Amino acid sequence: MLGRNKHQKPPMTARIERPLSPHIQTYRWTLTMALSIVHRATGIALYVGTLLLAWWLIAAASGPTAYAHVQAFTGSIIGRLIVFGYTWALMHHMLSGIRHFVWDLGYGFKANEREALTWGALIGGIVLTVLIWIIAYAIGGGR
Amino acid sequence: MVEFALPKNSKITGGKTWPKPAGATELREFKVYRWNPDDGKNPSVDTYYVDTNDCGPMVLDGLIWIKNHIDPSLTFRRSCREGVCGSCAMNIDGQNTLACTRSMHDVKDGAVKINPLPHQPVVKDLVPDLTNFYAQYASIEPWLKTTSPTPQKEWRQSHEDREKLDGLYECILCACCSTSCPSYWWNSERYLGPAALLQANRWVSDSRDEATGERLDNLEDPFRLYRCHTIMNCAKACPKGLNPAEAIAELKLKMVERQI
Repeated sequence: MLGRNKHQKPPMTARIERPLSPHIQTYRWTLTMALSIVHRATGIALYVGTLLLAWWLIAAASGPTAYAHVQAFTGSIIGRLIVFGYTWALMHHMLSGIRHFVWDLGYGFKANEREALTWGALIGGIVLTVLIWIIAYAIGGGR
Repeated sequence: MVEFALPKNSKITGGKTWPKPAGATELREFKVYRWNPDDGKNPSVDTYYVDTNDCGPMVLDGLIWIKNHIDPSLTFRRSCREGVCGSCAMNIDGQNTLACTRSMHDVKDGAVKINPLPHQPVVKDLVPDLTNFYAQYASIEPWLKTTSPTPQKEWRQSHEDREKLDGLYECILCACCSTSCPSYWWNSERYLGPAALLQANRWVSDSRDEATGERLDNLEDPFRLYRCHTIMNCAKACPKGLNPAEAIAELKLKMVERQI
């Protein structure tokens, strides 16, 4: 009797380790899918950017030396790149947020509308960022 | 939980290239996901060549041709072959759709790549285990719920009220939308997903149903409804041209409206 068990098939209830079908590895990227992640990423970036803003305000309140410190950092190439990135994150997140607001109101769900809204947020964010920097340099903020 | 990488047992390794059919002049390459529960190996992708002169135009025709002429072990679900039953839902060329309504000639350049519906346990080859998906559909109680006495003949509905169900009742529960949704990939235990939510809205919108409040209460949850982040993959995937994203937005609006 004992020897027989060796040749028995596993019971039907045995758990089969089923594989998980591929998802992000195979799914074709869509613009709305990509911008959903970008919206989140820019949202996280804004937290960091707000710390920068807080640092600047605290420095401005503490006195000329502390303020000069911050100015030296934000005036450097890396500092300017970070502030430029922060500007874009803010502009993109704002426009993308408006897009989400439109959707939450129940509008813009047709195929052409949702693509237009999404392209609008992407291009609008870049255009606004460049505009802000052109204006900032024009009025002398770049010195 | 967000997990980008596939588990160890799900990583795709290797795959067999099957010989080209003899005498065929026009060939189309098919790359098909394979997994056999009996051999203990990881999934693989097999390459087949379909004789397009001997085969119908749809991706499903190609799969059936492979099964008949090359490899009878290839496993997939199919039934109506005309976009009504939803059995042959799969990921074709990176998008979820029905194999019976997607022409293989619409898949541009190179091989027709076919995978099972994304982020589901695989039963065999292109057959996913949709137990969770169906349980979620059952959880929204997809039947007419009433408290008033049953009428002598039928529950009447005006033409205008009936029209409110257009764009909702046509859903065939193929699971293309739910399994296209990254939110659903990461939280399918708690987020109901686009298909079940579109159906929920179908019953909430039904003028004859008297359980609207109860239905909405059931959805008032940070995950069940509100994990929708309007990624829009559902609306792009739906082979019936429905818009689950819009249906979910309508549900969210109804949640707010009843509080005002």
